[in-house]
Amino acid sequence: MSTIAAEPGVISLREITKAFPGVVANDRISLDIVGGQVHCLLGENGAGKSTLISILAGMQQPDSGTILVDGRSTPINSPKAAVDLGIGVVHQHSTLVPAFTVLENLMLGETGVLRNETRAKARLDELSELLGARIDPDALAGDLGLGQQQQVEIAKAMWKGSRLLILDEPTSMLTPQAIEKLAASVAQIKAQGLAVVFITHKLREAYQMGDCVTILRGGKNVGHIGADQLASFSEAQAQRAILAAMFGDDVATPEAADLAGATEAHREVDDIELGTKRVRLELSGVATRGHGHDVDIRDVSLAVHESEILGIAGIDGHGQAALAEVVAGQRSAAQGTIRFDGADITRRGVAGRQQLGLRYVTDDRLHEGTVGGMSVAMNLVLKRIGQRPFWKFGQINRKAVDAEAERLIADYAIKTPSSATRAGTLSGGNIQKVLLARELTDGARFVVVNKPTYGLDLKTVKLVRQILTEFAAEGGAVLLLSTDLDELVELSHRIAVISDGEIVGIVPNDGRGTAERVGQLMTGAIEGTPATEEAHA
Amino acid sequence: MRSILPVVLALVVAGLIIVVMGSNPLDFYAGVWKYGLTGNNWQDSLRLMAPLMIIALGLIVAFRGQLWNLGYNGTFLLGSVVASGLGPNLFPVLPGWLVTAIIILGSLLVGALWSVVPAVLKARFGTNEIITSLVMSFIAIGVVNLLIKGPVHDPNPRVTAPQTATIARENLLPFIDGTRVHIGFVVAIVLALVAQFIVSRTSFGVRLDVFGASPKAAQHVGISRSWMIILLFCTSGALIALAGSIDVLGNVTYQRANWNPGYGDAVMPFVFLARLSPLAAIPLVAFYSVFANGGINAARSVGLNSDFLLVVVGLILVFMTITEFVGEKRRLGQGYLPAGMKQSVMALFGPRAAAPVKVTTPAPDKVTTSSSPTTTTTSTPGKVTT
Repeated sequence: MSTIAAEPGVISLREITKAFPGVVANDRISLDIVGGQVHCLLGENGAGKSTLISILAGMQQPDSGTILVDGRSTPINSPKAAVDLGIGVVHQHSTLVPAFTVLENLMLGETGVLRNETRAKARLDELSELLGARIDPDALAGDLGLGQQQQVEIAKAMWKGSRLLILDEPTSMLTPQAIEKLAASVAQIKAQGLAVVFITHKLREAYQMGDCVTILRGGKNVGHIGADQLASFSEAQAQRAILAAMFGDDVATPEAADLAGATEAHREVDDIELGTKRVRLELSGVATRGHGHDVDIRDVSLAVHESEILGIAGIDGHGQAALAEVVAGQRSAAQGTIRFDGADITRRGVAGRQQLGLRYVTDDRLHEGTVGGMSVAMNLVLKRIGQRPFWKFGQINRKAVDAEAERLIADYAIKTPSSATRAGTLSGGNIQKVLLARELTDGARFVVVNKPTYGLDLKTVKLVRQILTEFAAEGGAVLLLSTDLDELVELSHRIAVISDGEIVGIVPNDGRGTAERVGQLMTGAIEGTPATEEAHA
Repeated sequence: MRSILPVVLALVVAGLIIVVMGSNPLDFYAGVWKYGLTGNNWQDSLRLMAPLMIIALGLIVAFRGQLWNLGYNGTFLLGSVVASGLGPNLFPVLPGWLVTAIIILGSLLVGALWSVVPAVLKARFGTNEIITSLVMSFIAIGVVNLLIKGPVHDPNPRVTAPQTATIARENLLPFIDGTRVHIGFVVAIVLALVAQFIVSRTSFGVRLDVFGASPKAAQHVGISRSWMIILLFCTSGALIALAGSIDVLGNVTYQRANWNPGYGDAVMPFVFLARLSPLAAIPLVAFYSVFANGGINAARSVGLNSDFLLVVVGLILVFMTITEFVGEKRRLGQGYLPAGMKQSVMALFGPRAAAPVKVTTPAPDKVTTSSSPTTTTTSTPGKVTT
C-alpha cells in the first residue's frame, strides 16, 4: 500500500466505488495524483475511466470512498467545487460553443457582472505561452481545427489556475503531428508543477507520455506502475507489464499488443491487383449542398473496386458524414454522378440503393442506426420494412421476422437475451453487431462504414475488423471512414484523405510510413501549405 | 397500472377539494354515476364520446410521430363550421346523402389543408410546430367566428344572435336502432380499430414508430422526413376536423360564434395515459365521456361550477407526470432527488463543514503512517460562527 496519504500537493482517491444499474463502474479504486507528473490511466472502453473522471470533475458522486486533497478529505459535490479546487477537464468531445469566439468560450465560466476582456486576453497570452501554442482570441471556435480546439479546451480547463489537468482520450482525433504538439504542451504543463491525468487506450502513448501508469479493468485498479519503476523499465518490459495487467493472466499475445496500440500499426489485408478488379462504386465530381451545420463535400471523385477496402482519413467533421450519406442515398448530390457497377444511381433513394446491395453502417449507432425502443428483431429488418417475406400485403409476418432475426443473431454471435429484447439495452459492441448483421446480409455488395470500431471493447474491435476484411475478401467493396489512423493503416488497400469536404490526396497503403504521409496530407491541407505529396494512385 | 393510478389519485384529491369547498364528494361522484350512466344518460355519454374519440385518434397520429399538433381547437371548429355552414344551405337543394358526403369530405380537406401550414414550415425550415399550430388555431377560431357572424349566419332575419341556422332533424346522422346514439359513434370506434391495426400490424406503423423514435433513424432507413411530417400533420388535422363536422351533424345541429368546447384539451391526458395506443384510448375516452357528461349535472347538483371538470383533468395530468417520474426512477433504481443533492445538503450540516477557504497548512512534519489526518485538521474550532 502507498503511504503518501497526507502529502501536500497530492490528490488521492481512496476506495472510490460507483455503481450503476447492472454494472459497477468503479470498484474500490485508489490512486494518487502527484503534482509535476503525468499520470496515465489505461484501460479498455468500459473499464471505468470516464466514471472516475466525472467523479473527479464533480459531475458524479461516488457511492462510497473519499477524495483527499492535500491530505484533507474533500468532497467534490459539483463541477464548481472541482473548478475551485483547480481541477480542469478536457473532454474527449469538444465542449466549445462553435458560434462563440475563443475568448467568449474561455470566459463562459466567469462569474463577475461585467466582462473583463483585457484581463481575459492577458490570461490567454499567459496560457498560450505555457502551452506553446498561438491562439487567436477572436477566431470563432467552430472555425478552428481540432488540434487548435483542443488547445483552447486545455486553456479553458486551466483558466482559473489549475492544479490538475485531466485529458480524456486527447489523441483519439489528432493527426500524428498534432499529437506531437500536444505532447510538447503536456510536457510544459508538467514542468510548471501541475499534475496531469492522461487517459488513453493506447499503450504506446501511455509509455511515451506518462510518468506513471494505472491500469483499470472492469472497474478495478488492476495494476500500477510507479514513476521510478516505469523509468527503470525498457519499453518492452513496460509493455509486457501493462499488457499483463490489461488482459489478465492470458498470455500477452502479439495480437493483444496490437489491439492495445502497443506497436506501430501495419497493414493486415491481403494484396489485391487493383487493375484487374472491376470498379464497384464510382463518384465523379460529387458535391452536396446546404444541410445545416456540418461540412459539405465538394467535387469528390473516388472509385472503390471489388474486394477493395478504401480508407478515408481525416479529422472528424471534415465532410465524412456528408460523404457517407451521399453514398448511402440519405443526402442528395447537388452535383456529379454516382455509379454503382456502372449504372447511374444518383437519383436513387436509400431503399433503392439498399436493394442493389449498397449498404451503410452509420457512426451514430444509437440514434440513427438503431431504434432503441424497438426489439432487436425489428432493428435487424429495419431496412427492409414493407418487403417480402417480412410484410405480406402490408401486414407484418412476425414469424418470418423472428426467423430472420434468430439467423442473424446466431451468425453474428449477437449477445441478447432474446430477439424481442429492446435494442437499446444491448451493449455498444452488440449494437454494432446488429448494424453489421443488418447491412451485410441479403446480397450486400458494397458497404460504407463510418467509424466502425469507435468506442467498442477490444474483442469487438477485432471482430468488426475481421468481418470487414472477410467481406472484402469475398468480393465485397468497403469504403471505410475512420478517424483512427492505425485502423485505416491496418485495413485499407488505399487511403484517401478528406479535408474540409475535399479529397486532398490518395496514398496507396504499401509498407511503412503510410501513417506519416497521411498525416502530412491532413495537416498540409489544414494549414494551407500545399501538400507536397500529391495523389499517385 | 400506470394508466389507472393517476386517475384514481386525481379523483381522490378532487374529492378532497370538494370537501374543502363545502360539498359532499360522495354526492358528486354518485351524481356522475347517475347522470352519466343510468337511465338513458349513457346514450348522451356515447354521443359525447364520438368527437372525443376521433380527436384522440388525430392527436395519436401526430404525437406518435413526435409532432406536437396543438392546433386541435381551431381545426375542430373549422370542421364543425363546414357542417353548420354548408348543411343548412345545401340540404334543401341536394339529396341528403350527397350533402353529408360533401360535408365529411369538405371537413377532412379543410382540416388537412389548415395543417399543411405548420407541417410545411416544420419540414422546410424546422419551425417549432407547437407555436405554428397554436397560432394557426387562433386564426382558425377567428375565421370561424367571422364566418358565423357573416356569410353563414342564419338567414332568418329574426335571429340576431351570432349563430348558424339549424340543420333539420331528418338530415342529421341517423341514430343506431333503438337509441339516441348517432352513427358517428360507430365511425369513431371503427376508425380507432383501423388505426390500431395500422399502428400495430402494417409496415406504415413501423415507419411511424421509427420516425417518432428518431427522425435521424427514419432518414437512415429511407423514410422521407418532410413527407412524413406533412402526411402526419394532415391526417391529424383531417381527423380532428372530421370530429367537428360529426359533432355538428350528429349532436349540436347548429353552431354559435364563440362556441369552443375544448374537447382536445380534455382528451389530451387520456391520449397519453393510453400510451398513444388507439385501442387503449377507447376505454379511457369512454371513461372521460361518462365523467364529463355526468359531471356537468352532478357539479350543478352539489353546487359546483362545471369548470370543476377541468380541475379534475388538470389533476390527472399532474399525477400522470408524478407517476411517470417515480416509475421511471424506480425502474432505473435511482434515488428521487437530483444527484449529489443529498451530499451537498448534508455537507452543510456535517462535521466537516469547514469553509472552502484553503488554510494552506504549512506542510508539517511528514506523517508517514496514515494516522487519520482528519482529526488534526478539524481540531481548530477557532472561528465558529454563532
